[in-house]
Amino acid sequence: MAKELWKGNEAIAEAAIRGGCELFFGYPITPQNEIPEYMSLRLPQVGGCFLQSESEVAAINMVYGAAGTGTRVMTSSSSPGISLKAEGISYIAAAELPCVIVNIVRGGPGLGGIQPAQSDYFQACKGGGHGDYRLIVLAPSSVQEAVDMVQEAFELADYYRNPVMILGDGMLGQMMEAAEFKPIEKRELPEKCWVTDGTKGRRKPNIINTLYIDPEECEQLNSHLFTKYKEIEKNEVRYEKYNMDDPEIVFIAYGTTARIVKSVINILKNEGINAGLIRPINIWPYPYQVISDAAKLPGVKVFLTVEMSMGQMVEDVERAVKGVKPVHFYGRTGGMVPALKDIIEEVKKILGGIR
Amino acid sequence: MAGFKRTKGLTDNQFHYCPGCTHGIIHRLVAEVLEELDSLGNTVGVAPVGCAVFAYNYFNCDMQEAAHGRAPAVATGIKRANKDLTVFTYQGDGDLASIGTAEIVHAAMRGEKITTIFVNNAIYGMTGGQMAPTTLVGQKASTAPLGRDEDHCGQPIRVSEMLQTIPKAVFVERVSVHDVKNINKAKKAIKKAFQTQMEGKGFSLVEVLSTCPTNWGKTPVESLKWLEENMIPYYPVGNFRTPEEVK
Repeated sequence: MAKELWKGNEAIAEAAIRGGCELFFGYPITPQNEIPEYMSLRLPQVGGCFLQSESEVAAINMVYGAAGTGTRVMTSSSSPGISLKAEGISYIAAAELPCVIVNIVRGGPGLGGIQPAQSDYFQACKGGGHGDYRLIVLAPSSVQEAVDMVQEAFELADYYRNPVMILGDGMLGQMMEAAEFKPIEKRELPEKCWVTDGTKGRRKPNIINTLYIDPEECEQLNSHLFTKYKEIEKNEVRYEKYNMDDPEIVFIAYGTTARIVKSVINILKNEGINAGLIRPINIWPYPYQVISDAAKLPGVKVFLTVEMSMGQMVEDVERAVKGVKPVHFYGRTGGMVPALKDIIEEVKKILGGIR
Repeated sequence: MAGFKRTKGLTDNQFHYCPGCTHGIIHRLVAEVLEELDSLGNTVGVAPVGCAVFAYNYFNCDMQEAAHGRAPAVATGIKRANKDLTVFTYQGDGDLASIGTAEIVHAAMRGEKITTIFVNNAIYGMTGGQMAPTTLVGQKASTAPLGRDEDHCGQPIRVSEMLQTIPKAVFVERVSVHDVKNINKAKKAIKKAFQTQMEGKGFSLVEVLSTCPTNWGKTPVESLKWLEENMIPYYPVGNFRTPEEVK
């Protein structure tokens, strides 16, 4: 199939259907409305079901119920709506139900704004809801990558029995780019012997539950989950290296911001400054090791993390660099997008101080 | 009448309910109905948060345990994923009539083909006797130590009367389990509610007036009498709506 021009949100919705999504539950919120709108037309055409819920809270609990039957199900929202879903996401993680959750992030906190932001990194990667749990978090930086990732997200969810989040931003959701729907690599998936779809008199009842009144059993659940998370950390770290041959300064950025940083790197090259980028593609699990290794390169003087936030992912960069090299941060937030010239100015300021 | 037998609709697990609590009777009625309709193998139940939180250990069918108040949303997800299943929620008055009002109203509005068993005992049982949205005016609760004051926190909500205004809530009935006659009526209503679902008519709900001797501070026998004398005048039993075909 040839490349076509797709709006990010609509491409995400179509990719979900190609990825086997049969059910979608959601509630309107800007800037992700094209996802439920597209689903409301397309899902019934392919024999699926779209339902607009009464709230984000209801939507995520509908996802819980549907996922419990073993059906591929998705919901999408934007920052304040994801906060409302956080309780349900905790339950879904605890019950180990596979599903895909899309967050097209907007400025916050509070009602914030409707322009792009990356200020939900903590919420996506460090919890968000209560209790010890992890989401697998994929952070696309182009419409094409979003298309591939959404399909892969359903595979990952079923493979690990874990909720997967696609963390985009308002820019990615609203922009149009050429994209192609290619078949993705299918994983060998475990049988869903745990689903609640009626015993048919052939097996004992299955129970989907997150209540463990005995604290020892509750601790065991946590241990079980963390054994799985360790496995995910081992297998699913993904990153891109850009211009990492002997850079003086290493950028760390993900999603939309990483694209801006690539332009910055190209401009800096013309000015005789060699900069590189490590772009986490999956932001949980996080590529600590590759950043840690880059910190040990003798030519690398400094790290600069660029985010559309007040500095969230930078904490993971510091954790990876472990004080071996200085880690700087540049961010715009609240819906403001970093401009090339401002990042370049920041680089020169930092390098000027070092040189 | 044949001898009193176990129903296949319940597991062998021992109930955790307090002595005199009528949850056990209501569980049994639901289980008997599912067995009689030959539906146990095709049913998914959704347990609430509250006294019936462990219902998933008792019903002998597939079960999901929902977050507080969200059982109708969870049931919606199950039913929309698999239209051929029989899906029910079993919820108390704190779960359904307080934190879960949006979910129950909208499940009814959409005409979700699910059945809700709504157990109303006018108090929060599991958390220790706090005031519920269904607590009667003047009734004492641990968060209304002088009794519910309607000028302070309003009058209790009548769920069945409210839901009967919704066109797609096609079967709505309030029953009680304070004596044998009413228990038999309750079973008939529960059966009709499930039949309404199985015939694809729309949303069905049975509100069951129930006792809570522990948190009411009464003996089981006193509790049954208190229900009859105090709850039924405010929460009249009877059918609010039935589809023609199920009558």
